[in-house]
Amino acid sequence: MRRGNKVWWWFIMIIGILYFFLPLVATFIFSLKAKLGVLSFQAYTNVINNPAFVYNFTASVIWALLTIVVGILLFVPTAYLIRLRVPKARAAVEFITLLPFVIPAIVFVFGLVRTFSQPPLLIVDSPVLLVAGYTVLSMPYMYRAIDTGLRAIDVRTLTEAGQSLGAGWGSILFDIILPNIRVAILSGAFLSFAIVIGEFILAQYLVKPAFAPYMAYMIQQKAYEPAAMAIISFALTWAAMGIISLVGRGNEQAQVGGGH
Amino acid sequence: MTTFDEKRDAPEARPARRKMSWAWLGVMPFFLFAFIFLLYPSSTIVVRSFIDPNTHAFTFKNILALFGNHYILGAYWISIEISLLTSVGGGVFGFLLAYAAIRGGLPKFMRSALMTFCGVASNFAGVPLAFAFIALLSPTGMLIGWLRELGYNPYFHGFTLYTFWGLSIVYMYFQFPLMVLIIAPAIDGLRREWLEASENLGASSFQYWRYVAFPILLPSIMGTMILLFGNSFGAFATAQALTGGQINLVTIVIGSQISGDVLGNPGLGYALALGMVVIMALAIIGYTLLQRRTERWLR
Repeated sequence: MRRGNKVWWWFIMIIGILYFFLPLVATFIFSLKAKLGVLSFQAYTNVINNPAFVYNFTASVIWALLTIVVGILLFVPTAYLIRLRVPKARAAVEFITLLPFVIPAIVFVFGLVRTFSQPPLLIVDSPVLLVAGYTVLSMPYMYRAIDTGLRAIDVRTLTEAGQSLGAGWGSILFDIILPNIRVAILSGAFLSFAIVIGEFILAQYLVKPAFAPYMAYMIQQKAYEPAAMAIISFALTWAAMGIISLVGRGNEQAQVGGGH
Repeated sequence: MTTFDEKRDAPEARPARRKMSWAWLGVMPFFLFAFIFLLYPSSTIVVRSFIDPNTHAFTFKNILALFGNHYILGAYWISIEISLLTSVGGGVFGFLLAYAAIRGGLPKFMRSALMTFCGVASNFAGVPLAFAFIALLSPTGMLIGWLRELGYNPYFHGFTLYTFWGLSIVYMYFQFPLMVLIIAPAIDGLRREWLEASENLGASSFQYWRYVAFPILLPSIMGTMILLFGNSFGAFATAQALTGGQINLVTIVIGSQISGDVLGNPGLGYALALGMVVIMALAIIGYTLLQRRTERWLR
């Protein structure tokens, strides 16, 4: 590369850095202005001391944990069997796991609400539907993370070794396979966590307590507290992504998701 | 893994037939789950798009009504415009950024820093993103304040954060990082030998781009832009939180259709959603085809 070009590439990079940081800096500074005339963490204290925040945020964390558990229980055995025993079903499973990319979340929720709000399928008010919906939304990431993990280990040899030592299928799956793909599962889990915590549409239309709808509501009500919440939310996303890149070192996979 | 490997199986402890059905049984929970919570609800949308809400008979009326409704056509048009603008804008800028970090001769650490930032930024969307831009670009926002002190208030010149241009700026925040993440491997695939070879043959920098690099990268740039198009076309939370539902996007119309029948015709609501799925499906197919073309050269 010639010298003159370098200035140009620096220029592009600086624009990118500004685009990335300016909104965050503005939000952070704004979040410190809750007390007149001085910078303080008052807005953060207000947020954390507000029972409504604690309630909605805790709810989101619980939804996220349930989603991760359901995801692991559902996808690990499936991905394992597809790899080992029923490769014929691979195409169908891959099609299904990619469907959430084709069906926008709002359309998916539209279908859920309409399908499950009339007898005999009246479960629109049940948390089961919410967790199932989250599991679907995180499926492309969770399933793929698990499948990538399985590709990296010798599933067949591990299974045969387990069998010859007299292990049953349950212990092969959960004592041998699961620990061997824990890194992949962890990165899928943290990505799911970030998705569920930030997800707005499902909880909004299924009328369940959750962080994002609460924050959207607070934007209409208050000035400084939503800024503090935006920073908290950003810090969480950052932490989740940081942990993913820590556990999955050297694996520069595009981790993309979230409810836009 | 070869086909040979796939076909070899674990030791035969049980009769082959029973084992096969057992394995199929093991993947059933997944298919059952997918059917109940994904396939069936989604097919509801498709089926009901073709059903007359009053007579319950098969009809094309809902689909045809889409094209006769100015409100709906307007919503599609704005959604498509904003997605085109942010996918091309985000695509071009994301490409330049990725190229700067990978081949621009910048310090090595810039690349991994950029990747991490982009991973976070492409996941940082929805409500908090909307608020971050309110803090920056609303009439009392930080940047607007700075510009006002310089004697220029964009709000006196037709700019608002809460309409088309403002929303486009916000969408760009998750668009260009996605471009960087997806296009980086393609830029890595550009071999240095190609640049050296074209330089040895006397090609100018422009000729190298025009006849070598650009044609190789084009399918992957186009494919990723299509993906960005879908990314912004399906976006809802950001627009809802930013404008309070005041902007006429397809997703926003579907959102209000969920809460109540704002279109005054349930069938039309389903057809509206179906139209979205069709456009998204076309985008994903386009992306897949172009991605396949890319792999011929890069790898």
